[in-house]
Amino acid sequence: MNINDFVVRFANVNGTGSASANYLFTKAIFRMGVPVTPKNIFPSNIQGLPTWYEVRVSEKGYLGRREGIDLMVAVNPQSFAQDVASVKSGGYFLYDSTKKLAKEFLRDDINYIEIPLMEISNSNYSDPRQRQLFKNIIYVGALCELLKIEFNVFEDLFAEQFKGKEKLIPLNVTALQLGMNYIKDYYPNSLNIKVERRDLLKNKILAEGNAACALGAVYGGATFAAWYPITPSTSVIDGYADYCKQFRIDKETGRKNYAIIQAEDELAAMGMVLGAMWNGARAFTSTSGPGLSLMNEFLGLAYFAEIPAVLIDVQRTGPSTGMPTRTQQSDVLEAAYASHGDTKHVLLFPSNPKECFDMTADAFDLAEHLQTPIIMLTDLDLGMNDHISEPYEWNDLRQYNRGKVLTAEGLDAAQNWGRYLDVDGDGIPYRTLPGTHPEKGSFFTRGSSHTEYAAYTESSDEYRKGMERLLKKWVTAKTLVPSSIVYPSKNKSDTGVIFFGTSTYSAEEAMDKLAEKNIHVDALRLRGFPFDKVFEEFVSSHKQIFVIEQNRDAQLKSLMMIELGTEASKLHSVLNFDGMPITADFIFNQIASSFKAQVSNA
Amino acid sequence: MTYIKPKFRHPDLQKNKLGYTIDYYEGSLSTLCAGCGHDSISGAIIRACFEANIEPHKVAKMSGIGCSSKTPAYFLSNSHGFNSVHGRMPSVATGANMANRDLIYFGVSGDGDTASIGMGQFVHVIRRNLNMVYLVMNNGCYGLTKGQDSATADCGSKNKTGNINLFEGIDLVSLGLELGAGFVAQSFSGDKGQLVPLIKAAMAHLGFALINVVSPCVTFNNNVGSTKSYDYIREHIEATSTFDFVPEMTEIKTDYSEGEIKQIAMHDGSLIQLNKLTKDWDPTNRSSAMNAMLNAKENNEFLTGLIYIDPESVETHELIQTSKTPLNQLSQSTLCPGNMALAEINADLR
Repeated sequence: MNINDFVVRFANVNGTGSASANYLFTKAIFRMGVPVTPKNIFPSNIQGLPTWYEVRVSEKGYLGRREGIDLMVAVNPQSFAQDVASVKSGGYFLYDSTKKLAKEFLRDDINYIEIPLMEISNSNYSDPRQRQLFKNIIYVGALCELLKIEFNVFEDLFAEQFKGKEKLIPLNVTALQLGMNYIKDYYPNSLNIKVERRDLLKNKILAEGNAACALGAVYGGATFAAWYPITPSTSVIDGYADYCKQFRIDKETGRKNYAIIQAEDELAAMGMVLGAMWNGARAFTSTSGPGLSLMNEFLGLAYFAEIPAVLIDVQRTGPSTGMPTRTQQSDVLEAAYASHGDTKHVLLFPSNPKECFDMTADAFDLAEHLQTPIIMLTDLDLGMNDHISEPYEWNDLRQYNRGKVLTAEGLDAAQNWGRYLDVDGDGIPYRTLPGTHPEKGSFFTRGSSHTEYAAYTESSDEYRKGMERLLKKWVTAKTLVPSSIVYPSKNKSDTGVIFFGTSTYSAEEAMDKLAEKNIHVDALRLRGFPFDKVFEEFVSSHKQIFVIEQNRDAQLKSLMMIELGTEASKLHSVLNFDGMPITADFIFNQIASSFKAQVSNA
Repeated sequence: MTYIKPKFRHPDLQKNKLGYTIDYYEGSLSTLCAGCGHDSISGAIIRACFEANIEPHKVAKMSGIGCSSKTPAYFLSNSHGFNSVHGRMPSVATGANMANRDLIYFGVSGDGDTASIGMGQFVHVIRRNLNMVYLVMNNGCYGLTKGQDSATADCGSKNKTGNINLFEGIDLVSLGLELGAGFVAQSFSGDKGQLVPLIKAAMAHLGFALINVVSPCVTFNNNVGSTKSYDYIREHIEATSTFDFVPEMTEIKTDYSEGEIKQIAMHDGSLIQLNKLTKDWDPTNRSSAMNAMLNAKENNEFLTGLIYIDPESVETHELIQTSKTPLNQLSQSTLCPGNMALAEINADLR
């Protein structure tokens, strides 16, 4: 019997309302106090194609994806062949038996649970839309009974979901009971998997990364968002709009304390962000790889003209079409060196919703403090899937760090002000905003080479001086980005493992698996770029390092070699780039086999 | 020529209502070719702002890339300016305007910057009716890269290398009318008398104000056969097109009275006509303005003046209902919902 340790996969047709039913299932397990992690595996399509929703339940709190399906809920005959094949031996295949299952889908080593979902639904509901929606609730009811999820958890969830539309509550409860009763009648025996109530989640929340970014932007004081729709980043702006409606409408006038502009393309979106931040409003955009490509031009200008900006890149599988709905960490190099000429950018790598919230809010402080674009690299897995996370927190004493901006008084007091003059030795000059002072502080922002006083120049010396100061600012940035987090192993190891973003969940689990095999490694989670001191020390103090990434070209490894001069022979890549979230087994196998090879070579 | 701008000013220079003399509105010394139409447009902007008593620090000068886009350095040195990226001025202006609705956004662009690389942004900033002045210094060619035809070069116009443009020229005025711009004007860089009041009116207009100014390129598009040369619009000028020789030229002044058609004969015999708005034309009627532009094209006339105005036009901030207080002036206490609200959000996510 596997208690609280299994994977359920739902095979649906997209556009049939299955998402909310499947979420209901996840939320019910969450309410049972048990760690749960759902993954959407969806097509680049509006309606009619196969879509999957995979839910891992883990008593141990492992939140990465896991291969091996214990229970398949097959509601889409289109994908039966694949769905039957992906159930692990001894597992269960629950399907809509309104139509007889073809013989080729029968396996000896798995169990079949037959429920005539469509038949039950059709005989209970006459409205075609209701038949469709309640069919979904009926299978959730079946799972409730099969996995021993508490019924009243669902009752509570319905009550919350349909607050204000109370007449929908009994309809849903009835549909749920239809599924439960069918199981009681036809499958009274227990499965070898089930859910048992625990108290493992304490005050944790279940949230999507994109919504967390959106909330972080509201808390961070963003008043302007400019964007162009692109999967998987769109829900960042949708979320920002929703939270703004909640918190940013002036009660007296009904007017908005924010603006959102859907731009004509990503070039314009980035230009708008720069215009707004140049003019003293906190602004941001969100996009994905192809959009980042278009934003490259403006990012170079922003770097060189020293204009703050916040860009959230929800990474996906590249290049343009094909698998835009699958996850990857493949914009690392593109973001780090975005644009023409000598440019490099500050990057942030969140790995859970809490960090999405914190880092987005922090990104505005960082951008204004450093007067440069801040690019946050999240990904589809983090952005569009629900994750168990620490709750959001905000310190009400916190003051936004608006950076070095001279007020009218400041301009009157300043002597010899120069827009690009490094007064403090940290590479960060003082800027002024339009409209501040009738006679002082105006300057001409330009991408062309400029003196410390913002005047046009073609002097090689002046240009070099400016570029060297930008490097000084880069060194300052190292001390300001969120520092790396080290996981020391029990035995001090000369092997290190480095990972970032959504690889974290599976990497942590893989380390436990390695420890079980007596392979102890130190680990580090990267959270920002330029590489901080902790990161540099970790790299230099380990003889060999496994770098776990979700891209083909070992982009972080390249970045380490470029920026730190780390020798290639010391770095071993663990690369997952098939568009599915990386698993602990994958990481474990690669590292363990490398160790095995090393032992046998020795 | 000298590269130091003389600081001497006449002691009795007239002051405007703010107490500023006109030199307070000037910029640094122009590095454009002597005789460039753009410099006289800069002069018109300076004059217009002076006469309109504009506080220079309440103006943000926006530009893209090109000869035209360099000009914001040559006027209003007490205003902030943003020389952005080629063809992308509208987006930067949009962001800036969203941040602070209280400033005047004065955009300067060229024909390459607007009609080619920046066409997408130009079209969309009009759609949104952003409150800004968008002045195109239109010379039908790319000056900084030595004279290639631009998308506004008229079909059949000959450039300096003798190449005849085979493609239709884009008429920015007709396009602006089509896209719903609320203020559309056209002028000639040599006609300061008309340009100054047009700029003043454009700054006063609430919403997108387009001024297309034909501004001859003395170096690359001032040859016989070009429809954007001084000669084409002035009958008795001694223009030279000697290779790599930039003539020192004085600005042309055109004069015409209300209701008249002024014909400017070229020495090759071609003609351009400048029409003042006739009395029976209603510049507040978009379809009449569009018709007039079509007719003018057929008759080989170059209409100048205020082509169309919609005094009721509704600008972006009013369309999307943003706060009257500029967004960049909202306090942290207004913007940040605080930890209590966050506790409720957390509760909803459990």
